[in-house]
Amino acid sequence: MSNEAEVKTIDLVRKTLVRRNRAERRFRLYGLASIFFGLACVVVLFTDIISKGHGAFFQSYIELDIHYDAQVLGLDAGYTSADLRAANFEALVKQSLRNKFPDVSGRKEKRDMYRLISPGGAYHLQDRIAENPGLLGSNETLWLLASDDVDTYFKSIDSSEGAFTGKVSEKQQLYVAQLIAEGVIEKQFNRAFFSSGDSREPELAGIGGAAMGSLYTLIITILLSFPIGVSAAIYLEEFAPRNRWTDLIEVNVNNLAAVPSIIFGLLGLAIFINFFGVPRSVPIVGGLVLTLMTLPTIIISSRAAIKSVPPSIREAAMGMGASKVQVVMQHVLPLAMPGMLTGGIIGMAQALGETAPLLMIGMVAFIVDIPGGISDPATVLPVQIFLWSDSPERAFVEKTSAAIMVLLAFLIIMNTAAVLLRKRLETRW
Amino acid sequence: MSLSTLFLLLISLIALSYYYGYRRSVALVKPLGGIRHLHSLPFYYGARAAIWCGMPALLLLAGWALFSEPLITRLLFSSLPQDIQPQSLADANLLINKIENIAAGNLQAGKDSGAIVAAGEQLAKLRNSSRWYVSALLLSLAVIGGTFAWFKITPQLRARQEVEKVFRGFLLGCSCIAIFTTLGILLSVLFESLMFFRSVPVTDFLFGLSWSPQMSIRADQVGSSGAFGAIPLFAGTMLITVIAMTVAVPVGLLSAIYLSEYASSRLRSIAKPALEVLAGIPTVVYGFFAALTVAPFIRDTGTAMGLTVSSESALAAGLVMGVMIIPFVSSLADDVISAVPQSMRDGSLALGATQSETVRKVIFPAALPGIVGGVMLAVSRAIGETMIVVMAAGMAANLTANPLDSVTTVTVQIVTLLVGDQEFDSPKTLAAFALGLMLFVVTLSLNFIALHVVRKYREEYE
Repeated sequence: MSNEAEVKTIDLVRKTLVRRNRAERRFRLYGLASIFFGLACVVVLFTDIISKGHGAFFQSYIELDIHYDAQVLGLDAGYTSADLRAANFEALVKQSLRNKFPDVSGRKEKRDMYRLISPGGAYHLQDRIAENPGLLGSNETLWLLASDDVDTYFKSIDSSEGAFTGKVSEKQQLYVAQLIAEGVIEKQFNRAFFSSGDSREPELAGIGGAAMGSLYTLIITILLSFPIGVSAAIYLEEFAPRNRWTDLIEVNVNNLAAVPSIIFGLLGLAIFINFFGVPRSVPIVGGLVLTLMTLPTIIISSRAAIKSVPPSIREAAMGMGASKVQVVMQHVLPLAMPGMLTGGIIGMAQALGETAPLLMIGMVAFIVDIPGGISDPATVLPVQIFLWSDSPERAFVEKTSAAIMVLLAFLIIMNTAAVLLRKRLETRW
Repeated sequence: MSLSTLFLLLISLIALSYYYGYRRSVALVKPLGGIRHLHSLPFYYGARAAIWCGMPALLLLAGWALFSEPLITRLLFSSLPQDIQPQSLADANLLINKIENIAAGNLQAGKDSGAIVAAGEQLAKLRNSSRWYVSALLLSLAVIGGTFAWFKITPQLRARQEVEKVFRGFLLGCSCIAIFTTLGILLSVLFESLMFFRSVPVTDFLFGLSWSPQMSIRADQVGSSGAFGAIPLFAGTMLITVIAMTVAVPVGLLSAIYLSEYASSRLRSIAKPALEVLAGIPTVVYGFFAALTVAPFIRDTGTAMGLTVSSESALAAGLVMGVMIIPFVSSLADDVISAVPQSMRDGSLALGATQSETVRKVIFPAALPGIVGGVMLAVSRAIGETMIVVMAAGMAANLTANPLDSVTTVTVQIVTLLVGDQEFDSPKTLAAFALGLMLFVVTLSLNFIALHVVRKYREEYE
């Protein structure tokens, strides 16, 4: 009887074993496939952004012979700086373009020709004169910024999918072809992209202003959220009595960590801007909102760091006669500091990438000037990316992707620093 | 005196108090034979003096920074003649702007200039005097406090206890900020929502089927009554969340299982941080990716297959949001799976189960409460996600379950209603706060339940 049952079981097992093993292999495959899906997403995302954005680090320039004609500019000998600002530098660019293409006639053709050069070209000439007034009346050969349409066209001219003409007319394509033949159009490193502020013209727009805005906002955030977060963590871990109030604080911290960031923006709008009357769009409000947002992250990681300090350290210090505050400040805190710093860096990375709450408090304005302090209107890098991604000009796609690359580079640096810090200072008890 | 000068002056006074407090405590016990005759270390006497010097002054400064402007404005308005007294909050804001611009010389005085120019001068005078009064009061407070503490120093003074008490109070204050934040969120959102519900009934908002939040300027305009029925928004949010979850939950869960149960330590050490990279990418980047790469791709594929796909389809936003949430699900699942005791695995394997049978029939049920909690947290994340949907989902409030159509979400509408210039008391703006309230309540309850489920599960094996 028992013998018979045993045989039956082993038969059953043998019969199903093939199917079960197949199921096992299938299951493994699913797991492997989902990991590869996740990794593929990372790869696709990065290649997409980099392939779109790498071009923005170079910008097309056209070489022109400029004659600084005082008459064309309308400047006489004793000109003032106001005169200089009002002077018609565009006419200089137009004149030199007319010299370059002497055959062009007709209103429409001329307009097309003038559009080869960005409005930034005239500003550049103005700066040249402002720097060395002696140039007035002389000749100079200069590389001037090409307009965004020409830039996009020129960059795509040898791409495999064929040139992207967009708004570039056939005449303009001919002009560019001539410029290429003469070798007076080329791509140069785009330094302005890192130093200048926002602009409606894609070729003039840069992330300098947004980067400074991000810097000021982050300075406010770190100055407030790190000390407050660490203090709160110390209180909760070391001093808090077990009572309702402490429980309430803990529940609050945990819940705030999962509140959508946009809600913090609503809080900033209603409390800081409408109630306390802090001006809109300034880094100080942005910093305050991001402080409240990153505080739970910092508190939670600081608590974990304090928890990892073994009780024997505390007991030894107590045994030497230190007070509770002395134990915490002189022994627990220094030992927990690496973990706290790691948490702080991760919180800052989170704050650097955050967009939604800053939209709510008006950091989404079009700001050309580079902010000079925490109370100047400013925007931040992620918001700049959001603004540019909305712009219709094709050239802004490239700029947006490049700005994303810069933002990601900062985030990667911060996260790597956090990992390295943790690795280096990690103590095993 | 400007705020920063005042602040610097105060800091140097505090430093001085510390220095003299320290010096005096040391000097007092020198004839007795050194600092072992002091009750506390000299540092504490210095710190105590610094606290006495700085704390009242800093509190006063904070109070002044927060409340001086509203107070001055109130004083100014009460001094205005009757005929230009502001009637509403918006009027008041306009008026104060005008007065300030005239006072700063940015604006040419217009027709009703006389009283306004006078008010501008008055404003400047009030501000100036309040600044001087506060500076004088502040500095005298600091000096008196510091001197008082200096005189009180004796070798018997229990300085350490006093300093530590203040320090603990400071720590408690810092940890209470979390409560104040929650309170602030609740109050601000609730207050504006109540104002909104005064003009739009709650039932219309919660159960209305049409959403078109424009308000007319004139009463007789076409389509003058805005519709504030939020059902299409809730439906759109749910649709995108469901799409995101169908991507994130299987992928996240399976990769967590593979990484914790099957993967070699080498694969684990590479794949895990690589997946975590997805969590560190800012949402605005995902939004850009969804709007410029995924959405056109889906539209083109759909068109090639003969489907009509909106260029702002819910599918694109949902898919990308799912990718964003993968690491969130996988790391939470990883935590609960590795919390299942090894003995349960061993038991199952010893009975002859294959590894996948062990995972499906033993580990998964044991980890289920934790996984459910993690998925709920992920859902609350998806509901509150803003940038991806703002950039990749539409604005039109369609009530549809077709993922190829364009839908809008709660967060998109909050952003649309609040970005740009707005008056603060129109139902249009207030509607955003009502939506915010819904969002806050829903995510908070999801988190609450999720944390509860997770905690309950954890107790089982500890």
